[in-house]
Amino acid sequence: MPQLVSHPDEVRVLSRRFGQGAAALDKYLELDGYKAAQLAIEKGPDWVIAEMKASGLRGRGGAGFPTGLKWSFVPKTSDKPKYVLVNGDESEPGTCKDHVIFLQDPHAIIEGAMIAGLAIGAKMGFIYLRGEYRYLLKIIEQAVADCYAKGILGKNIFGRDGVDFDIVTQTGAGAYEVGEESALMESLEGKRGIPRIKPPFPAVVGLYGGPTVINNVETIAASPHILLMGGEAYAKLGSERNGGTRLFSISGHVERPGVYELPMGYSLRKAIYDVAGGIKGGRKLKAVVPGGSSCPVLTADEIDVGLDFDQMSKAGTMLGSGGIVVLDETVSIVEFALRTIKFYQHESCGWCIPCREGTDWLKKTLTRFYNGGGNLKDINNIQYLAENMLGRTFCPLGDAAAMPTIAFVKKFRHEFEEYLAGQRTEKNFITTEELVGASH
Amino acid sequence: MPDVTLTVDGQQITAPAGTLLIDACKSAGIQIPAFCYYPGLSLQAACRMCVVRIEKAPKLATACTTIVAEGMVVATETPEIAQARKATLQLLLGNHPLDCPVCDAGGQCELQDMTFKYGAADSFYTEPKNHREEQKWSPTVYFDRPRCILCYRCVRMCGEGMDVFALGIQNRGSSAVIAPNIPASQSEDGLAHLDCEECGMCIDVCPVGALTSDTYRYKTRPWEMNHVATICTHCGDGCKTTLGVRATTDGSEIVRGDNRDKSGINGDFLCNKGRYGFDFANSPDRITRPMLRQTDGTFQPVSWEEALAFTGTRLREIRDARGGSSIGVLGGNRLTNEEAYLLQKFARSVLGTNNIDHHRTADYPAFVAAMQGHRDRFASQHDNEKSPAILLIGGDPTNENPLTAWNIRTDVRLNNARLYVVNDRPIKLRRQAKTFVQLNPGAYADFASYLNGNSEPNAATADTAALQTLREALAAEPNLLILIGSQVRGSSLNAIVQFGLSLPNTRFALLSDYVNAHGAADMGLLPDMLPGYTPLNTQHDYAAEYGDRFSTQPGLNLLGMFDAAAAGNLAALYVVNANPIARYSVDPATLANTFVVVHDMFLTETAKLADVIFPSANLYEKSGSVTNSYGDLQLVKKASDQAGVRTDLELIVRVADRMGADIRKLVPFGKQTQANGIRADLGQTRGVHSGEADRHAVWLTSNNLEPKLSPFDPFAILDEIQRLVPGYDLLRLQLLSGNDQHLAPAAPDSLVQIASARIDLVLPAEDTLFTSGTLGRYSPKLVELADKYSHEPAGIPAD
Repeated sequence: MPQLVSHPDEVRVLSRRFGQGAAALDKYLELDGYKAAQLAIEKGPDWVIAEMKASGLRGRGGAGFPTGLKWSFVPKTSDKPKYVLVNGDESEPGTCKDHVIFLQDPHAIIEGAMIAGLAIGAKMGFIYLRGEYRYLLKIIEQAVADCYAKGILGKNIFGRDGVDFDIVTQTGAGAYEVGEESALMESLEGKRGIPRIKPPFPAVVGLYGGPTVINNVETIAASPHILLMGGEAYAKLGSERNGGTRLFSISGHVERPGVYELPMGYSLRKAIYDVAGGIKGGRKLKAVVPGGSSCPVLTADEIDVGLDFDQMSKAGTMLGSGGIVVLDETVSIVEFALRTIKFYQHESCGWCIPCREGTDWLKKTLTRFYNGGGNLKDINNIQYLAENMLGRTFCPLGDAAAMPTIAFVKKFRHEFEEYLAGQRTEKNFITTEELVGASH
Repeated sequence: MPDVTLTVDGQQITAPAGTLLIDACKSAGIQIPAFCYYPGLSLQAACRMCVVRIEKAPKLATACTTIVAEGMVVATETPEIAQARKATLQLLLGNHPLDCPVCDAGGQCELQDMTFKYGAADSFYTEPKNHREEQKWSPTVYFDRPRCILCYRCVRMCGEGMDVFALGIQNRGSSAVIAPNIPASQSEDGLAHLDCEECGMCIDVCPVGALTSDTYRYKTRPWEMNHVATICTHCGDGCKTTLGVRATTDGSEIVRGDNRDKSGINGDFLCNKGRYGFDFANSPDRITRPMLRQTDGTFQPVSWEEALAFTGTRLREIRDARGGSSIGVLGGNRLTNEEAYLLQKFARSVLGTNNIDHHRTADYPAFVAAMQGHRDRFASQHDNEKSPAILLIGGDPTNENPLTAWNIRTDVRLNNARLYVVNDRPIKLRRQAKTFVQLNPGAYADFASYLNGNSEPNAATADTAALQTLREALAAEPNLLILIGSQVRGSSLNAIVQFGLSLPNTRFALLSDYVNAHGAADMGLLPDMLPGYTPLNTQHDYAAEYGDRFSTQPGLNLLGMFDAAAAGNLAALYVVNANPIARYSVDPATLANTFVVVHDMFLTETAKLADVIFPSANLYEKSGSVTNSYGDLQLVKKASDQAGVRTDLELIVRVADRMGADIRKLVPFGKQTQANGIRADLGQTRGVHSGEADRHAVWLTSNNLEPKLSPFDPFAILDEIQRLVPGYDLLRLQLLSGNDQHLAPAAPDSLVQIASARIDLVLPAEDTLFTSGTLGRYSPKLVELADKYSHEPAGIPAD
């Protein structure tokens, strides 16, 4: 089990039960577990949604959509069953916060799903686990089984007549794309993991055609805490329009990488230099990818910014999934750009032309560039390709590939040019034929 | 739904609420490009070519998924949009082989057109293209992967449109590829293959040259062919097929059949027979010279002069010596209306016989009799497209009438039509049915009787509860379309029609098997009825027109003629493009003492018994009109040419001439209103069939002022059909504009069919997707397909 980290600046709401063996149901109950769910049953859906709205909680998957608002979009009545869907397809490079929740506090996910279900009138929830997280399945499955054994899941939960809630767990087959909510629903229905046309949005037509609330694991796990402490109290922990705290996965060249719970709006500089202990080996900071690999990179001069959705947006990047990747002076941006685009090329579902072909040509061009076969025109072409993907793809995956690529070329163009001038003969040169042969 | 008004490119347009922006624009004449969008199929938004700028939207939106809204302001062509489309094309062309000079799609390729428009010709990629070898997926389908742009039209067409689901997508990202349903790992030859209906719809919808057809690939370029839109000769649905024709040393050959402009009654659809089943016309087995049987029993090619003179003389001798009633005439199901009409007129007015019949594939006389007084209830093929409820009794449209099946599936899929299927076999259309009632084998008469309230539900018919539920559901249908298969005849047919007439607005159609089976019956190739189902012995105009030899005494039907022949009472039999010997399993010895004249393309079982064989043209080599199962009349146009053959129309006129008949009375050609009208002789043949008649000024033609210069001009006969045949009240202008016209037989009230005790007079062809009567045996492609799928009845896959 990965080691837990801590820092005095942390505000422990979500991570309150981390490290205390809360994966065991008894322990979870001892630590106020399932009290929020019972409170929700008592006070009713309107109260739950009001508290969620008051909390200012915004989606932790990356898009930052207000959770209470999302829940309120679900129609009160529906011919088809309603569903709660927990998006545990945590695949954004640089992000490993949901992983910790699954390990340390799986019941919070179940309780959160239950609360969402009570709020929208769903009697069934699905926890969809990333294919590569298959090894976590037994933890969540055990937690679910324990709940059924205790009457916390199933019919008449907590001994209350007519209050039913079931949970089904399911793993993906290993595709970043199904982290997109509609692709996840396709996958869960047993189809190819490609996104759906929106509208209709899941709140109206979702899983199996029923109204569906789909939330990130961290968002769902936050809801019991919000109900227990009150929406307003939770909101006050964070910054303006960005309620509460969130888990940041800080990785890369820092002294103390790990998952930290920090209040929304916390300084990015402090997060790197104080919380994570500064740059490893006292080296110089070159760049920071602030919210997972799809977020435009920030240079060392741009890190005086608060970690919330609005401030990051103002700074020209995104808070995303809270995966902060710190790059020191030893990193080649060319290599990092290639590594990033390789991921998106591999994960593109292939549905739409700009993403399928765009990521492929970006990868091919960057690979050749990296291996010493590049020229000045390539730098423009890389930017042209990325700019012509941006905003034109079916789903945000294309944007996720384009945005960082544009930022790399724009902010570090000099590195690309220096790379051409200095390193092209030093790298092992691979012919394009070998490359194509190797990748196809 | 109410209309909404929006502004597109500065122009105000209105469209019904709920319309997709791309369709609304198209209706207003604003074309938005798209690869993946295909009307009627599910939406993809994958190609990103239809992006448009909608005011107040944060980014470009796809017109194919945007629903029009009141006050919406849209720009469809701006520099920003052009750049987006250009960039998409550049990405596609990056891996595209650009083998346009040899690609089948060259010249008719949507990718070419878009590249031409948006100028994405510059390439900035250094890496080599991904090359893959082409794959042969089936006898008709080839796949060239590098040309594929992954628009998924083929996948959706095969699944949603055809209900076959033989195509899918494998892998993801840049490795994504269209794949057929038999993977290499499960195939005998280690290559991937298709197991499907071979309809070719995937090739049809492919916007590029990724899917190509075996019959056409690498044969020629689109601009090197003449494209002639005509009607498919195979089943009774009457689809338009556009034949690509090019010149050869002995005429011209058909290189391709396809649904080129989708303007026919068949809309988007064409089946494998319409696409690939033209190759019989190019068969080396065709008879191209007249042949006379010699005393030793062999056939000897002779001159036209000799064959015609011999035939005319013999027929005249027989008629004069033994009487017209000693002569029988059998017509085909693939003749034009004009030929069928002329044949019966020739029989009745020149030969002096009513022994006239054809291979009846459905019981039209009984149908028309049952429908008396309800002319407005005859359904058109178009009714299948939009009827809220359809009852299909008998038949198997998937195999026998593929367009009907397509229209039914589409109606169910897009309009939520309620389909009720009653059949004694588990036909494939049950998959679309709301209710499927399986009858015990052959229990159609019992079912019809139950349906019409003449008998109680009976377990010998089908499950009684299912029958009752069905009848109750049908009784609540206010706009039912009843399609009747050819198994249902006579009084059963009448019972079903009477049940239908008890409901409001019910319409009916009787499905038959070949292109002009309906026309053959309409045109009076019947022993007891004149054209338009006019009984011989009632008051009608024909008696005055057909001259002294016309008799009101009903003649022998097809089986009666062979009975008479066996008894030595049939002196002559005149067969025009029919093969009764094989179809009705007639003992060849029956005709031993009968003088037999046959028009045919091939030495069929019947032709082998002839004394004279005239090599005749097929439907793709003549002009005229045909009437489909539903009574929709359309023009056929001469596409190709085979040296040495003549149309049946010409042959009949020439034989009549040699018999000494007055041709001017047989064919109203020339300017008949003037005593010294335009004169023409029998020397002129070819031109009139090649569609020259329709190339005259439309105004002249539509006003019936066009002179018919030649006795071989089918339009001269069409004039007479229009004038004399009840129900054939055509609008010529409609016809000449290429539209179909729905006709309803206007049978007189007194119509009584002479009851035949022998039910086997009606003999459904029961063709599969890969057979087409005798003709199909001479189509190499159909034979190849029938052989491939001989292991199972086509179209009934296991669920």
